[in-house]
Amino acid sequence: MPAWPCGRTPAVSPSSRRPPLLLGAAAVTVVALVCLPLAYLVVRVVDGGFDAWSVLGRARIAELVANTALLVVLVTGAALVLGVPLAWLVTRTDLPGRRLWAVAAALPLVIPSYVAALVLLAAFGPRGFLQQVLEGPFGVERVPEIYGLPGAVLALTISTYPYVYLLAAAALRDLDPALEEASRSLGRSRAETFRRVTLPVLRPSLGAGALLVALYTLSDFGAVSLMQYSSLTRAIYVQYRSLFDRTPAAALALVLVVLTAIVLLLEYYARGRVRYHRRAPGTVRPPQEIRLGGWRWPALAFCGAVVGFALVLPLAVIGYWLERAVSLGRDLGDVWGPAVNSILASTLAAGVAVAAALPVAVLAVRYQAGWTRALERLSYSSNALPGIVIALSLVFFGANYAGFAYQTLALLVFAYVVRFFPQAVASSHSALLRVDPRLEEAARGLGKSPRRAFASITAPLVAPGLLAGAALVFLSTMKELPATLLLAPIGFDTLATEVWTATTVAAYSEAALPALLLIVFSAPFVYALTVRRGPGVDAPG
Amino acid sequence: MSATMIRVEGTSKSFGRVRAVQDVTLEIGRGEFVALLGPSGCGKTTLLRLIAGFEAPDTGTVRIGETLVAGGAWVPPERRHVGMVFQDYALFPHLTVARNVGYGLPRGGREARVREALGLVGLADHGGRYPHQLSGGQQQRVALARALAPEPSVVLLDEPWSNIDPVLRSSMRDELAAILRATGVTVLLVTHEQEEAFSLADRVALMREGTIVQAGTPEEIYYGPATRWAAEFVGAANVLPGRLADGLVETLVGRFPAPNGDEPGDVEVLVRPELVALAPDPAGEGEVVCREFRGHDIFYRVRLGDGTTVCSQRPSNESIPLGARVALRPHAGRVALFS
Repeated sequence: MPAWPCGRTPAVSPSSRRPPLLLGAAAVTVVALVCLPLAYLVVRVVDGGFDAWSVLGRARIAELVANTALLVVLVTGAALVLGVPLAWLVTRTDLPGRRLWAVAAALPLVIPSYVAALVLLAAFGPRGFLQQVLEGPFGVERVPEIYGLPGAVLALTISTYPYVYLLAAAALRDLDPALEEASRSLGRSRAETFRRVTLPVLRPSLGAGALLVALYTLSDFGAVSLMQYSSLTRAIYVQYRSLFDRTPAAALALVLVVLTAIVLLLEYYARGRVRYHRRAPGTVRPPQEIRLGGWRWPALAFCGAVVGFALVLPLAVIGYWLERAVSLGRDLGDVWGPAVNSILASTLAAGVAVAAALPVAVLAVRYQAGWTRALERLSYSSNALPGIVIALSLVFFGANYAGFAYQTLALLVFAYVVRFFPQAVASSHSALLRVDPRLEEAARGLGKSPRRAFASITAPLVAPGLLAGAALVFLSTMKELPATLLLAPIGFDTLATEVWTATTVAAYSEAALPALLLIVFSAPFVYALTVRRGPGVDAPG
Repeated sequence: MSATMIRVEGTSKSFGRVRAVQDVTLEIGRGEFVALLGPSGCGKTTLLRLIAGFEAPDTGTVRIGETLVAGGAWVPPERRHVGMVFQDYALFPHLTVARNVGYGLPRGGREARVREALGLVGLADHGGRYPHQLSGGQQQRVALARALAPEPSVVLLDEPWSNIDPVLRSSMRDELAAILRATGVTVLLVTHEQEEAFSLADRVALMREGTIVQAGTPEEIYYGPATRWAAEFVGAANVLPGRLADGLVETLVGRFPAPNGDEPGDVEVLVRPELVALAPDPAGEGEVVCREFRGHDIFYRVRLGDGTTVCSQRPSNESIPLGARVALRPHAGRVALFS
């Protein structure tokens, strides 16, 4: 979760103990490494990059920023418009089959934006599925243009609205029903109560959901490229590929970082200083179920349309291409090599990220002090670094200073770890918070040595949280595209790059199998992390 | 009793197979302070919610004032003019104290009324704060001010002290009761604490398993409980075998005047521990087997020759050591009989 551990005060007495030197040194080293790409990018741009602004032209940069901002606003708006009503319907009403809808509405999270884009192109693009169907009987030769803004918004909305939906649903389940009842007993109708109490109380969660969507959209590279929409990420890639001098790409990357930072700050200030205390733990009367009556038909149609478009359509299209490829005896390509590569790289990234995050989180939780908190906050700075920016920075760095590492698996894994480090830190932090240090003290009091106490009490309690964090990083890495494209060693294809390569040449049937495998590998993780566990942690891919 | 303010008649409510409220009838007069007392899960909160309009009864009716609000008609909670103080106060976290209190008020004259209501609970200078910046006790007073601000005819309190530190509880209780009495509003309080119900309410309705077992003044319920369960729920009780004849009831402890209108014969007798006096007596029939010093009084258990144990509660200046032989004397007072 990009979000910072929420303002929960740990059950830990702020300890005046000094952390062990080794722990402190490890955490400082890790955070310094994580901050390296951003630092190097700034250096690179300041150092002769100002010419790049004139190369690009002020008008061109303004246009790219405007395009990107427009995309972010539209996708975030669309995600809210779909996510909030869905959440309300499945948590508060007697919608028929709502348990099923609750799961189905979250599942599009398994579909990376570039797969969503591939599906939309295959279905609605020129010579796509829809046009072929219409051509026979009606002689239709053109369908409305999917390329550009509409396609990008559609693809990104499909893959991001579940963030808003999951956070809104969790907040609605968490909401003390007495708040709404208090409003009713003070003379406010149900509609007024929703507007004046429910929505404002949900606002922090909706803000967090919108932030996830905005960050995802800002950093998205696959969907905008496939849809040929001129946003910053695509322009960075084009600059990087086409020009011998790569400094303009770095300058654009810095613009993107600034834009991302602005979004983060906006959300931070919009959240305001009001902290909403959570409902006290313990059994609370469940909220009264709202009877939809005749409204259940439009409600069902709405849920059906969203799930149909975001989940059923992608699966159907992929299935269709796959079936055609098989029946026409086409080569499906070597998909097992990339699958193994994907799993290998993701496993390494997940393991390294959690191992690296642990010292930072332990310091922040167990040795609270100004500098440990600052260190942890600094480690969240990758939230402002889209994958393509990290990749670009590492390409420069590798080419100039670390030629031996350039185009190695190690550098690729390093990029993944930097990119998804905030997720690992946030998971470790909340996992550690769950262990009251008094439990360890109790074990000590019962005659266990510190080491035995840690092994028998702390480790088993922390392990599930750490595993969840690793799963999250694994999942995000599987889907990651731009850093993989820029940094993968030659010949090291992954499922993501396979989908990308096939789609860019409109070889949909070749993209089908890797896309399906991506979804199949991701689905259990998404299910475990979101539906079963509640959306405590999640992040843009 | 003055005019009826709340009338619940033959009301039942089930949740699935759980019958939370069964055929309950209850009348509350205008300006009365009534406590619904019962163990947790007895349906008292459900009854409160039926009156507030958060639940609809399966059968029976609810009237507030002259108006039928449930059963054959339906008035939604927002039009019942019932103030409610929730267990966790349910203050709106996104609104300041003043805006919480003003939430149920029409625009005109809102500010003046908010000031008045906050003054009433002694928080006049806290209007700009947010709920999370207040102590538990202050939050509760804001919740009360919010409920009272629209000048409701009825205020419902759902276990309002359950989250308050026990040390502070009794002073907060007095404070809140004084505010409520000053406004003259009709009050229905839900609680599982006997002491709370007895010290605050004009009348107590004792609930068990969805039904009202007995309703009456605290004294009536304490000294004249309708059932053995009621006797034991509201305080320490000796239930002794006894024999009724000529308006007197004879027990192991001694002879008490019998309540009117009972047939002579064998009965069970409720003798509250404070009606059992002890006199140190080496030839006495009892032995002190347990002694708990409680400050203002001492609680004894005395074993008699036949093995029966009787509780006695005496002022702490009449101290008797553990193991002493004692004679039991009846103290003038009221006993209750169960057949």
